[in-house]
Amino acid sequence: MSTVKLTVNGKAVSVDVEDRTLLVHLLRENLNLTGTHVGCDTSQCGACVVHVDGRAVKSCTMLAGQAAGSNVTTIEGLAKGDELHPMQAAFRDNHGLQCGYCTPGMIMSAVDIVHRHGGKLDEETVRHELEGNICRCTGYHNIVKAVLDAASRMKVAQAAE
Amino acid sequence: MGVEGIGARVVRKEDRRFITGQGRYVDDVKMVGMSYAHFIRSPHAHAKVKGINSTEAMKMPGVIAVLTGQQIVDDKVGNLICGWAITSKDGSPMKMGAWPAMAPETVRFVGQAVAVVIAETKNQAKDAAEAVVVDYEELPAAADIKAAIKPGAPQLHPEAPGNIVYDWHLGDEAAVKDAFSKAANVVTLDLTNNRLVPNAMEPRAAVAHYDQAEEHYTLYTTSQNPHVARLVLSAFYNIAPEHKLRVIAPDVGGGFGSKIYIYPEEMVALWASKKVGRPVKWTGDRSEAFLTDAHGRDHVSKAEMAFDKDNKILGLRVKTHANFGAYMSLFSSAVPTYLYATLLSGQYVIPAIYAEVIGVYTNTTPVDAYRGAGRPEASYLIERMMETAARQLKVDPAELRKKNFITTFPYQTPVIMAYDIGDFHASIDAAMKAIDYAGFPARKAKAKADGKLRGIGVSCYIEACGIAPSKAVGSLGAGVGLWESAEIRVNPVGTIEVLTGSHSHGQGHETTFCQIIAERLGVPISQVSIVHGDTDKVQFGMGTYGSRSLAVGGTAIVKAMEKVEAKAKKIAAHALEASESDIVIENGEFKVTGTDKSIALPMVALAAYTAHNLPDGMEPGLKETAFYDPTNFTFPAGAYICELEVDPGTGKTSFVNFVAADDFGRLINPMIVEGQVHGGLAQGIGQALLEGAVYDDTGQLVTASFMDYTMPRADDLPSFQLSHTTTLCPGNPLGVKGCGEAGAIGASAAVINAITDAIGNNKLEMPATPDRVWHAIHG
Repeated sequence: MSTVKLTVNGKAVSVDVEDRTLLVHLLRENLNLTGTHVGCDTSQCGACVVHVDGRAVKSCTMLAGQAAGSNVTTIEGLAKGDELHPMQAAFRDNHGLQCGYCTPGMIMSAVDIVHRHGGKLDEETVRHELEGNICRCTGYHNIVKAVLDAASRMKVAQAAE
Repeated sequence: MGVEGIGARVVRKEDRRFITGQGRYVDDVKMVGMSYAHFIRSPHAHAKVKGINSTEAMKMPGVIAVLTGQQIVDDKVGNLICGWAITSKDGSPMKMGAWPAMAPETVRFVGQAVAVVIAETKNQAKDAAEAVVVDYEELPAAADIKAAIKPGAPQLHPEAPGNIVYDWHLGDEAAVKDAFSKAANVVTLDLTNNRLVPNAMEPRAAVAHYDQAEEHYTLYTTSQNPHVARLVLSAFYNIAPEHKLRVIAPDVGGGFGSKIYIYPEEMVALWASKKVGRPVKWTGDRSEAFLTDAHGRDHVSKAEMAFDKDNKILGLRVKTHANFGAYMSLFSSAVPTYLYATLLSGQYVIPAIYAEVIGVYTNTTPVDAYRGAGRPEASYLIERMMETAARQLKVDPAELRKKNFITTFPYQTPVIMAYDIGDFHASIDAAMKAIDYAGFPARKAKAKADGKLRGIGVSCYIEACGIAPSKAVGSLGAGVGLWESAEIRVNPVGTIEVLTGSHSHGQGHETTFCQIIAERLGVPISQVSIVHGDTDKVQFGMGTYGSRSLAVGGTAIVKAMEKVEAKAKKIAAHALEASESDIVIENGEFKVTGTDKSIALPMVALAAYTAHNLPDGMEPGLKETAFYDPTNFTFPAGAYICELEVDPGTGKTSFVNFVAADDFGRLINPMIVEGQVHGGLAQGIGQALLEGAVYDDTGQLVTASFMDYTMPRADDLPSFQLSHTTTLCPGNPLGVKGCGEAGAIGASAAVINAITDAIGNNKLEMPATPDRVWHAIHG
């Protein structure tokens, strides 16, 4: 067992976990942040994507101990209070989700995609960048639309700041 | 149409919890004192279980119990059931072997459970499972249809000699023989419909709790039909009587058919929760999903179609072998029979049809309904046949279809189904226009100049949804009725709760069903709640599959609403001192026609509950229920056209365009309908290009992870161009047909027809991987 100290959604936490514990299990089991999902056992599906120090990470590929000292944001920490993140709003407005299971990971990946491409995104790039996130419901059509929509919303929001 | 009524593109009410991480799925459920289950599964496709030694495992940290298949037999827990009895052509009932929840003696597929470890933590259960020693005596296995039916094949069940479950037929053999004797041309086609793994993104899970004081069980489970689960767990598996068992299916992360069935793991979790006196959680991992979720499709077929000299179809003969895997899953027997052969007429006038279906046991994971269930197999067969025929007869594939379309309705096919309505010309014309079919030859020529092989493929599907009239399916062997129930509670303040037996696992019922209420009663959807997925709340339900939620579940809501309206009108008339026949409902107001007198719904509701001034003899309250049994299936139909390019150097396929023109009858929320089509198309295209479960000769599943089984990803798919044509379904008051499966039913033939058109070789099986396509081009 080890004590892991990290910041999750802006709050400092200290958690005692077995050394083999993955970050995703620390979030789900110890912190009850069940918005981060597990959809596979080979780090393929992306349902568990969170942000670690601002970068999208599959939280099943990282030991909890490796996240010590990091700043982790999960889907629960993305909105500002009642105000949805533009990516969340775009997923809702474009019907970019159905069963909702892949959605948290999809949204966290998509935010990172927009950050990395500085809002200069086209459909082909979005489709390529979403390769690490599997959705079985939507056929990706509306997810791609949502990401492109959010990219322009985020650009506008940035310009306004 | 109001802003939230029928036909409005209302954003989904349920989305906020999903996009903020507040969805509540089964694995999110925690209980005080909860323990964790981990199953010990057979590594062999066929073996005798000689013994299970758990002595060392029991000494490991946190281990509470190791329970085996023999114990579940000793406790008289029932075997798994198959709920649809099929009769072979010789009149004999189908031949089934027993399927115990954990195998006490013989394992028949890789992944079948033989024991379960219950421990304080999930990791402790997994660790201890490593220490359980199972002594297997390996037996030869039959891993596919060919191996299972050859003389001397390993026998799976003594009850089913030759591994044959049934040898069934439908149609008129003599009439077909006669048709072929008059044929000017006969077209033949051999086809494999590849085995698929459903792979809903949420793996199956169960949390089971036994309350000793009440002698009452609770099961949280990933189910598309919690009431059916309770019925089966109670009546057949002897877990507990129905009034002592509550089944809750909370947010469920996709189903596609695979969460219809009541699997061994859920049963064992319930049984074990009493045995160990603790709540038990089991959450499957993806590897377990690959090995134990019911697979889909897996047909091998031979088809022949007879044409007259004018290219009109005279007859169709089909012989199909269907792989059931090692055990008969809940609705497996119906899939290649009444959900498949009954759709073999497609959109065409085919005077004579004869289909034979042989169901086969193999040492593989059980096969059951997966999105479309039988109808994709029928549609793929017919639509590849039409394309093959057009090429052989040297006519345009679209024209050959049009020449043979059914144009008058109702139309009785030779294979049971009576199509109520449709306009097949409208949908193919819409799709041909959308893709500029006429301009294709020029585009093909240009692509050729660029070194690419361009092809176009048409697929005109029809399916039977709204499953199903209970009397009809009962006469065909179904063990249950397939109606749906609804309850509408208008609360004293005028808010409304709709309790439905349908279950949403992505379909958006919380929005669509509210829109039906908003349309009729003028209530904002924010004041309507949809309650589903809990046997303690909802009176009963048959659940969601077969694109039935709106046509059957939605109609039950309409029927309950009609009763609410009738009573509310009486109350309003009494309050307004008017005649009941003069009351009309407009925008949530009960008005006396031709006057300015009115009373709002909340005031009517309040009057119903205060009961101070009700008509003489009227019961207080405003709550009504309805059970609705459909009178016919519904028949969604449409045309899909795919245009693509093949790189002859690599065999890689790239989409140019994919257009869909569907007729689903009336659309309640077009945005949600489009989403359903997108998802279905992705699964159909996945089957055509990417997906396929592969077993080796010993029965090991080679494609048992997302590393090996190719799930469609964003960059494998195009954006889709959708449109709708409309003929209203005459069989239900909403005029709706069902849209959940269409894409998966129609897409695969369009893709394969396009590739075979591009490469000029019709011999191509799914999935059409670059390797297969390259070999089809270069030999």
